[in-house]
Amino acid sequence: MIQFKNVAKKYDQQYALHSLDIAFEPGRTTVLIGPSGCGKSTILRMIIGLIQPESGAVFFEGTRVASEVVLSLRRKMGYVIQEGGLFPNLTARGNMALMARYLGWAHDRIETRIGELTELTQFPVDGLDRFPAQLSGGQRQRVSLMRALMLDPDVLLLDEPLGALDPMIRADLQVDLKRIFRTLQKTVVLVTHDMGEAAFFGDVIFLLRNGRVVQQGSLDALVKTPADPFVTRFINAQRSHLESVQGGDA
Amino acid sequence: MRTASHIAALTLLFLATTPGVHAASREASSAGEIVVGSKTFTESVILGEMASHIISNAGLRPIHRRELGGTRVLWSALIRGDIDIYPEYTGTISEEILAGEGVHGEAAIRKALARQGLRMTRPLGFNNTYAIGMQEQVAEDLNIRTISDLRGHPDLKFGFSSEFMDRGDGWPSLRKRYALPQQEVKGMAHDLAYRGLESGSIQVIDLYATDAEIQYYRLRVLDDDRRHFPAYHALILYRAELEHRAPEVVTALQRLEGRISDKAMAAMNARAKIDRVPESDVAAVFLGDVFSFTGDRQAETSVNRFLRNTADHLYLVALSLTAAILLAIPLGVAAAKLPRAGQAILGAVGIIQTIPSLALLVFMIPLLGIGGPPAIMALFLYSLLPIVRNTYTGIHAIPLHIRESAEALGLPPAAKLRLVELPMASRTILAGIKTSAVINIGTATLGALIGAGGYGQPILTGIRLDDIGLILQGAVPAAGLALLVQGGFELAERFLVPKGLRLKPLV
Ligand SMILES: Nc1ncnc2c1ncn2[C@@H]1O[C@H](COP(=O)(O)OP(=O)(O)OP(=O)(O)O)[C@@H](O)[C@H]1O
Ligand SMILES: [Mg+2]
Repeated sequence: MIQFKNVAKKYDQQYALHSLDIAFEPGRTTVLIGPSGCGKSTILRMIIGLIQPESGAVFFEGTRVASEVVLSLRRKMGYVIQEGGLFPNLTARGNMALMARYLGWAHDRIETRIGELTELTQFPVDGLDRFPAQLSGGQRQRVSLMRALMLDPDVLLLDEPLGALDPMIRADLQVDLKRIFRTLQKTVVLVTHDMGEAAFFGDVIFLLRNGRVVQQGSLDALVKTPADPFVTRFINAQRSHLESVQGGDA
Repeated sequence: MRTASHIAALTLLFLATTPGVHAASREASSAGEIVVGSKTFTESVILGEMASHIISNAGLRPIHRRELGGTRVLWSALIRGDIDIYPEYTGTISEEILAGEGVHGEAAIRKALARQGLRMTRPLGFNNTYAIGMQEQVAEDLNIRTISDLRGHPDLKFGFSSEFMDRGDGWPSLRKRYALPQQEVKGMAHDLAYRGLESGSIQVIDLYATDAEIQYYRLRVLDDDRRHFPAYHALILYRAELEHRAPEVVTALQRLEGRISDKAMAAMNARAKIDRVPESDVAAVFLGDVFSFTGDRQAETSVNRFLRNTADHLYLVALSLTAAILLAIPLGVAAAKLPRAGQAILGAVGIIQTIPSLALLVFMIPLLGIGGPPAIMALFLYSLLPIVRNTYTGIHAIPLHIRESAEALGLPPAAKLRLVELPMASRTILAGIKTSAVINIGTATLGALIGAGGYGQPILTGIRLDDIGLILQGAVPAAGLALLVQGGFELAERFLVPKGLRLKPLV
């Protein structure tokens, strides 16, 4: 589905990714996790062609992600980011329909699709004609997700989609997201810095550090057979954080 | 998408509300119209009015571009054909226009003019030569009657017009000719020099022999005992082709030859400048007295004049601003998209803005002549910066996550610009246009200096005649128009700026 072949990326002398060789399996949810600055967003941006590798190549469905084909490849991917990236000048409906209108979809087809998506994401229909400034954070992320799903892409790329939400809304949306992923059977790449979230979503987890994949596998594998002392340290740091938070009722 | 068409519609509306009046544009040679020019002093304006009455009396349509500028501006306008006729002086032709060519005497001047395709009438009678004047009382006390007498009083302070300071027959050669010892010699505007005399800060000034002020300020004109100043006989210059196009006008102008005495001209100047009688009436009365000429050219009513000034002003502003919007928005987009070229673009339009507006107008004269086109060009250049800069800023200020998600959707650059970036920058761009419009309306008043008309015209006349009322007739509508346009843009914001951008975000 998506393949990185010997991909390196450097910003001003500093390597953000070191000769990465990874593959994302179709129909599965892959979670990228790791400390801040380890290169998670860089990987997503590279898949969607917002940045180009210094060396090596990224392939999407067998096609190399290069500037000549990137526009059409992007239409097969949905991208959701932490801040939502919604266009404030357009309503929720306008945001969702923008690309479909540009591609010349008929009005009915657009409306049908919007109807399917509001049902799927349980977004209130009366919110469709509101502007992003008139929506709550959770609603905005649902709109962002619907916009990403509008053209029925093959792949969903989510960069900390729940990062900016408060814990209650976050928990609700986690459940909804997982249900949506399962319903759609899409290839999903999700970035998070929360081990619990990674465990909740991830069929496969990639643990990154300083632009390299330290270990990839299920949470179980990461806990039981760590490839590196860093893996254990990272998991323990998250666990002790959780325990200190939940300390009262443990 | 909608924003772009809204802006286009708005500018069209703006144009449509401007009556298609081309009073400000150059059309010197269109049928039946004869364009008269005059310099920025009262006598020249009166003579221009006289020529206009004569043209009108011959059944043709005169257009009088009054107070067009100094000798250089009028002369080049005549040569280019921007004007057909203007009053000039023999001394100015010999000493200034054709300086260094040794052209002296009527016959020689006539020959030199013919080479440029120009003709002249014979002198009209009066000799408005340069003269040196002092207050009667001061001159009497010091017993000064001739310019030579000044030699005995080295402490006297002189205040000369800047033109006199450096012309061929002006101060440098006068000082040599009379061996004058005075050290304190300042250049200043002619009108200020009279005030200087009154306040006592200067004692000696240059003046014209037919100045209205000689009588008013009780001045003594010192005798040019060494015959320094050349004669400044007034006459009327016109383009040779006028003899074919409107021979009757040429014949009528020739009837003025030798008919205006020094005294008559000085009296007319005083009527216009001191008694505030409109130049048009002064000229009509003279023509009536001398030729029993029944001037049927109605003086323009003040309402008509106001409407004409308004139309001229709107024409200048609408055309220059529309052109500026059409160029500046793409330039601003280019500046935002191409980092290297962007700095060059912003730098270049920034530099244009640093050119003083008056200088920019004058730079346009050799390129585009006088009247509407050079004024529109200058205003256009002036209006670029705020729009370019705001377009650039507006696009640059779009948050990274929004730019990134527009890109990630797979929108090609042009569609991204049209659907996301321009709408998001629309408020900033509109603010830039508003700034440009307000600056433009104010600066357009300077257009009158180069014959473009507008609200600057009454201001210019008001300054010449020291008439606050006239100045206000230009300044108040100009300020009012600026306010109106500002209000209009605030209204337009509701239509042009997408609603989503006008909302306060939910907290
Ligand atoms: N445009 C840029 N210019 C220079 N350096 C950059 C740029 N973008 C990212 N980097 C650097 O590349 C490295 C990887 O960045 P990236 O955004 O992929 O991190 P991340 O894993 O997503 O971190 P976080 O969890 O904080 O979002 C970081 O060290 C970052 O400072
Ligand atoms: Mg990141």
